[in-house]
Amino acid sequence: MTGPLLAIRGVTAYYGAIAALKGVDVDVASGEIVTLIGANGAGKSTLMMTIFGSPPARDGSIVFDGQDITRTPTHEIARLKIAQSPEGRRIFGRMTVTENLQMGAAVTKFAHYDEDLRRVFDIFPRLKERAGQRGGTLSGGEQQMLAIGRALMSRPRLLMLDEPSLGLAPLIAKQIFGVVDELNRTEGLTVFLVEQNAYHALKLAHRGYVMVNGRITMSGAGRELLERPEVRAAYLEGGR
Amino acid sequence: MEYFAQQLINGLTLGSIYGLIAIGYTMVYGIIGMINFAHGDVFMVGGFLALIVYLALVSLGITFVPLALMIVLIVAMALTALYGWTVERVAYRPLRGSFRLAPLISAIGMSIFLQNYVQVAQGPRVKPLPPVVTGGYQFGVPGGFGVNISNVQIIIIATTVALMTGFTLLVAKTPLGRAQRACEQDRKMASLLGVDVDRTISLTFVIGAALASVAGLMYLLYYGVVDFYIGFIAGVKAFTAAVLGGIGSLPGAMVGGLLIGLIETFWSAYFSVEYKDVAAFSILIVVLIFMPSGLLGRPEVEKV
Repeated sequence: MTGPLLAIRGVTAYYGAIAALKGVDVDVASGEIVTLIGANGAGKSTLMMTIFGSPPARDGSIVFDGQDITRTPTHEIARLKIAQSPEGRRIFGRMTVTENLQMGAAVTKFAHYDEDLRRVFDIFPRLKERAGQRGGTLSGGEQQMLAIGRALMSRPRLLMLDEPSLGLAPLIAKQIFGVVDELNRTEGLTVFLVEQNAYHALKLAHRGYVMVNGRITMSGAGRELLERPEVRAAYLEGGR
Repeated sequence: MEYFAQQLINGLTLGSIYGLIAIGYTMVYGIIGMINFAHGDVFMVGGFLALIVYLALVSLGITFVPLALMIVLIVAMALTALYGWTVERVAYRPLRGSFRLAPLISAIGMSIFLQNYVQVAQGPRVKPLPPVVTGGYQFGVPGGFGVNISNVQIIIIATTVALMTGFTLLVAKTPLGRAQRACEQDRKMASLLGVDVDRTISLTFVIGAALASVAGLMYLLYYGVVDFYIGFIAGVKAFTAAVLGGIGSLPGAMVGGLLIGLIETFWSAYFSVEYKDVAAFSILIVVLIFMPSGLLGRPEVEKV
């Protein structure tokens, strides 16, 4: 394969008349963990949703594995095996944990469901204990595990995580970052991670982008960004 | 006692018909949050289609009743489902994402259109069907009134039980049922997981219309007549049943349908026929005062 797995070029997106993305370029290569950091309201989550065509990009292009998906309907993008654990987790609260995972497996047509279910339960043993419980009764950390587990059920070629550490106890957040790291190392899983927790995200990622007001203002290797004074000042020491 | 048992059977029969229609209201409400006011008229169209298909079969010489009814059931379900699909496609889908009242107004328009279309195409007069299924069983002591259960009633109750069981399994166990529940809870997340939301909504209308057509066929067999106006009354009753049971809840629609059928029948039997609708709606009001989300509905407040 030539070129990156996901190539975003000059993408703009709007909520009504308000520009949320003002020309964004991002690349994610196969096997990489790429992180996007930035303050609240910078447009990070919008970019995640725009990759899925909701809201659609007004200008620019989004290419996944050589296929232009800029105008593809959301559900068809999911069927290309791009999976997202979205902002706010969006667990189906009135479905059981198992049913939530089955929803994630729908794009595989249940071809290797038992195997995938076992794998997710191995990664998150907590979910196995809660298998018959309704999603809405889980704790925040468990819901995050379920959101990631649900995404993994599709055997994604690209896993997108939107703020997986938000609102979690530091220990649980660390555990979740550990899982992402291990999946990347052992299975070569490609991850696009949006985070406010810049320190952990940049430590974990191969490369990072910084977004300010709908524009990418900096990019570079994760460790390198971590050392930059302007990043440190704005996202690491700025009283977060 | 015999009189009571007789009314119970009559009430269950009527309640079965209401319940089957009510499922269509509650499913559509659950998935797109609108009341499909044209649903009662889809039921009426189902009744007419059943009559037309039956008469066509008779003219073709197929008079063996079980076979004819099977064919009528399948063909009427398929054709009515097509109506349900078309109604959604023409009247509701273009308005999705518009303000909340728009599809509601469109639904009332669709209801009026279907009534007038059938009135023009089939004429305003009541269409009779000669009794197709006759006979029945009588229980009870000699010399008493006895309790009659007709074969039509047995068919109606048995078919309803079978359909509701099958339908409950569909929603609980199949990928389509899961996709429907997912769309109910979070349409955007469902689409992120590869669910084609538009298709799922279409299928919801198709299933609702198919169940309504079965109710239409049963109404036709039970009362022996259809006219262009039956959809309005039955629709309002079934809608009441759905609200009574808790709109959005499938078991609620089934229970609500049975209750409305029973209330109406018992009120007619023990008090007065003229006030049966008043009784049904009064009970609805009382229930809603004390349980605003219906008998089996879930409260609007949700843990975030």
